[in-house]
Amino acid sequence: MRGKRSLFLLSALSFGFAFLYVPMAVLIFYSFNYSKLVPVWGGFSTRWYRVLFESEEMWAALTLSLKIATVNATVATLLGALAGLTLSRAGHFKGRTLFAGMVSAPLVMPEVITGLSLLLLFITLSNLIGWPSERGMTTITIAHITFSLAYVAVIVQSRLAGVSQDLEEAAQDLGGKPFRVLIDITLPLLMPALAAGWLLAFTLSLDDLVIASFVSGPGSNTLPILIYSRIRLGLRPDINALATMIILVVSIGVFVAGWLLLRQQRLRDQEAQLATADSNGK
Amino acid sequence: MSHGANHMTQSEPNRRSEPLIKVKGIVKNFGAFTAVDNVDLEIYRGELFSILGASGCGKTTLLRILAGLESPSSGTVFVDGIDITNLPPYERPVNMMFQSYALFPHMTVAHNVAYGLKRDGVAKPELWKRVDEILDMVELSDLSKRKPHQLSGGQRQRVALARALVKQPKVLLLDEPLAALDKRLREQTQFELMRIQEQVGVTFVVVTHDQGEAMTLSDRIAVMDCGRFVQIGSPSRLYEFPKNRFIASFIGSVNMLAGQVVRCDGTLCTIYIPSHDSHFEVEHGEYLDKGAAIWLAVRPEKIRISQTSPTSDMPNQILGIVDDIAYTGNMSTYRVRTEAGDVLEVTHPNQSRAKDSQLVADWGDTAHLCWAPSDAVLFSE
Repeated sequence: MRGKRSLFLLSALSFGFAFLYVPMAVLIFYSFNYSKLVPVWGGFSTRWYRVLFESEEMWAALTLSLKIATVNATVATLLGALAGLTLSRAGHFKGRTLFAGMVSAPLVMPEVITGLSLLLLFITLSNLIGWPSERGMTTITIAHITFSLAYVAVIVQSRLAGVSQDLEEAAQDLGGKPFRVLIDITLPLLMPALAAGWLLAFTLSLDDLVIASFVSGPGSNTLPILIYSRIRLGLRPDINALATMIILVVSIGVFVAGWLLLRQQRLRDQEAQLATADSNGK
Repeated sequence: MSHGANHMTQSEPNRRSEPLIKVKGIVKNFGAFTAVDNVDLEIYRGELFSILGASGCGKTTLLRILAGLESPSSGTVFVDGIDITNLPPYERPVNMMFQSYALFPHMTVAHNVAYGLKRDGVAKPELWKRVDEILDMVELSDLSKRKPHQLSGGQRQRVALARALVKQPKVLLLDEPLAALDKRLREQTQFELMRIQEQVGVTFVVVTHDQGEAMTLSDRIAVMDCGRFVQIGSPSRLYEFPKNRFIASFIGSVNMLAGQVVRCDGTLCTIYIPSHDSHFEVEHGEYLDKGAAIWLAVRPEKIRISQTSPTSDMPNQILGIVDDIAYTGNMSTYRVRTEAGDVLEVTHPNQSRAKDSQLVADWGDTAHLCWAPSDAVLFSE
């Protein structure tokens, strides 16, 4: 009975992992394929990597995506932090419920709707005041900020819920004026949330295809838009090479983050031991 | 209603000086709920004053009003003759030690303590000198570079105290200063707090739910219930001359008997207790109407217990059987079931180590109880 169950669990586990990782393995494998036809093995080669690195179109799309992601993450973090602070620290003000609802609405709004409505907004604005004159990096960035800031606001709000208001009150009691307290106490304690929010906004922007394709214009292809349009013309091996590169970068990122977390945890444990050792010695 | 207290002298603070803190008619409403209900209070310079009450009685709200973290619905607060009712917390000559200590987790001990001085714009050399001095006083100099999470509970408490004291406030407010410590540390820290208060001479206002803590620490205690003060006085005054039944049973334990006034001449009252069908004599400084319903209260340690009958000229005798004994080392508490069926608590110190004399009576023994007429108190409600 026990043996059978563990066999079942083991096969379920293998099946689950296989489902997740075999496609990636296949993709990586075929990225080293010499043949121009993706599913036909034509011998080992790094040919498609060379093609990829020499493709100006690809570099332009990557640069655009990174630019948009960076600006988006920075602005969304700023605005999202302000919204989160207002929601968790400003107490009750008129229209608070409405504000809370409207800040978090983009989280549940289908992307197609968001994209379409933003496109309509930009067209109307362009007709009325002549701005934006053309759709491209600016419009995509604005569109990304609108939904990214909702995520940041939620993260900041939940972090602030875990930070006792006593700390801010104590700082005020010790002579800190409210803005000073924000700088001295609240912001340092918010740093982990702000960093997480920034990274999330960055990733969301880098990842977005639907909204970007609504509000992008001619000649402003982000990386997801480029990949998608290439795929529509049929599978091509250089896309495999690109995907492999992305998998590599993400894996390195995850490993580094995990290692840093582990190290921090060990450091904390050591410090906690130090504290208890001290108080026992006293 | 108070009886019996009027003929006693009491130790009260120096009334010649003006009170340092004057609270007048403070009311605080949260929606329909009244947390603080029209409270007046005067606290004198150098006092260690406690506000004692069960949780939800409004004591913390009152403290937060003094700190400026809560604004009162009506009423005024004066400190040193200045109306501070509408001053924000960062402009008040008052500092607070939070129940949670509220130490800044991203700053070292030294920087936590220095924060208030920095905000006041104290010059660097002077600032660090004062930080060192105060850390020395709370014996934390060695740990000044630690972060709060690297400290034990007792150490954190001392950092919080140092941080609140370093600005030399006119008043230090302490919200349940010892509640987060374990029992032994709490007892040590009580005396530590009193030593520090004496050393710095700052007026302390302590909020606590622990009556033992309030009794040990305070010069005066205000007992609060449902947003109002029930009685304000020195610990011994509250204990020996409680104003009403609530105070008598809230501070320490007490035996309470219901009865009627039979005779009262302004110094001595005779009370008839129907459940015992007997008369008791109580020294009482006020005239009471004959036949008035009254409560007779007597503290467990004021009752003498013995197995032999006291001399017949002793008033206030009760005969009973020992129902239960709680041995607590320094003393034993006897629960004596009287002939009338009610149970009286009596405490007796265990003065001798000899095995036989540890207990004055054993389970099931007959016990004679008696108390002096001056050791009981009467309440008319």
